[in-house]
Amino acid sequence: MATKKPAPRAKRAPSKPRSVVLVATRKGAWIYHGDAARKTWRADGPHFLGHIISHMMLDPRDGRTLLAAAKTGHLGPTVFRSTDLGRSWKEASRPPAFAKAPTGQTGRTVDHTFWLTPAHANEPNVWYAGTSPQGLFRSEDGGVTWEPFSTINDDPKYREWMGTVQDGTPDGPKLHSIIIDPRDPAHLYFAMSGGGVHESLDKGRTWAPLVDGLEVVGGFDATNIAFHDPHCIRMSPANPDRLYQQNHCGIYRLDRPSKTWVRVGKAMPKKVGDIGLPMAVHPRDDDTAWVFPMDGTDVWPRTSPDGIPGTFVTRNGGKTWKRQAAGMPATDAWWTVKRQALATDAADPIGVYFGTTSGELWGSRDEGEKWRLIAQHLPEIYAVEAGELR
Amino acid sequence: MKVLIPTPLRSYTKKKREVEAAGATLSALLADLDRQYPGIRFRMVDEQDQVRRHMRVFLNGEQVFDLARPLKPTDEIAIVQALSGG
Repeated sequence: MATKKPAPRAKRAPSKPRSVVLVATRKGAWIYHGDAARKTWRADGPHFLGHIISHMMLDPRDGRTLLAAAKTGHLGPTVFRSTDLGRSWKEASRPPAFAKAPTGQTGRTVDHTFWLTPAHANEPNVWYAGTSPQGLFRSEDGGVTWEPFSTINDDPKYREWMGTVQDGTPDGPKLHSIIIDPRDPAHLYFAMSGGGVHESLDKGRTWAPLVDGLEVVGGFDATNIAFHDPHCIRMSPANPDRLYQQNHCGIYRLDRPSKTWVRVGKAMPKKVGDIGLPMAVHPRDDDTAWVFPMDGTDVWPRTSPDGIPGTFVTRNGGKTWKRQAAGMPATDAWWTVKRQALATDAADPIGVYFGTTSGELWGSRDEGEKWRLIAQHLPEIYAVEAGELR
Repeated sequence: MKVLIPTPLRSYTKKKREVEAAGATLSALLADLDRQYPGIRFRMVDEQDQVRRHMRVFLNGEQVFDLARPLKPTDEIAIVQALSGG
């Protein structure tokens, strides 16, 4: 399906990078264009009104191409691609789909594509996708056709670790946090909720779990990979040997070549705890990272703890955490931030952005010290990404 | 034969609510539809060849799930979005 937006766009200066924030929601997608100071934002949208957009990504390799993972309540999942910043979209001719099961066996079906990751800078047009239920896919033609990784999707051990739909998150088990080492396109990571963290050193031909040090819910066996529930993993762009993770059971850091995660979330205030969904990392400082805690007590309300929202930042690799909530509601804000909905740009000072389950887009131009509402009354926000157009 | 297209799929058929497609079976008919309107089949039939949960196919008013169901040129097919979701 190809879609056209009716209104022509104003011409823009071609050379200077311009900030954009991509917002994927339960009812469509929006592109927010920032001015040079990132002070005012122009909304472009909705794109795909009524479609469930799980993720929208700008290709940093060209600063122009967008991919969007879409489905609707009734139609099957697909991926759309735009090479003109969303003026027109073209559907993938072969969206992510599992292999057809042999006769007599029950096969899996992709419910939705959840995560999109552009591949290594030296692999133009290569993308990775993670799906719900858990599946890993790769495209070598810019997102037009997608091939499954049988080493994950059909491997008996991985299938066991993925569990069943009943073991997954409330809106389906997911493969997410696909990360490519910028020094080596064959070095990959991904995570599954549930099903743990995994690493490949040979471009996905073989994989191994990477869960040492991670805790699991009380009463479950941490040696069983199926019980591990990473929510979001980020690699430090400044130091690809450092990974941060927001897990179902705390905040962690991993410094390679170590294979043991360290729970740095224990330094969070006890009243807030270290449960949450998203994680963001400073693009130039490997000691700086952000989380957005949520209430993970009792029945897991998945709201801001006590209705008081705030990001927390560490400037020392997780030894200490500082609350950053200036500009946010001081009380009675019962929303939270999903695992793909906290992002940073690469400006100086960097901008930090998050989208809420209540449809608000927030931004900070000073690394989280002060927050400002960029947009409100959007549908539930699933993902926020920041980038620079070229 | 005549195929009625529901509103969520009309972005594929250039807004047409009724199109012509051919096939000796329902599977062949859907393949012909996908040839004419690329991508439409996967939105309504999954990779295991099952009609998706919220989609329905009617053959001359009778609901059918079997993609191997034989068709005649005079048959009429209606693709319908299920009345689910409130």
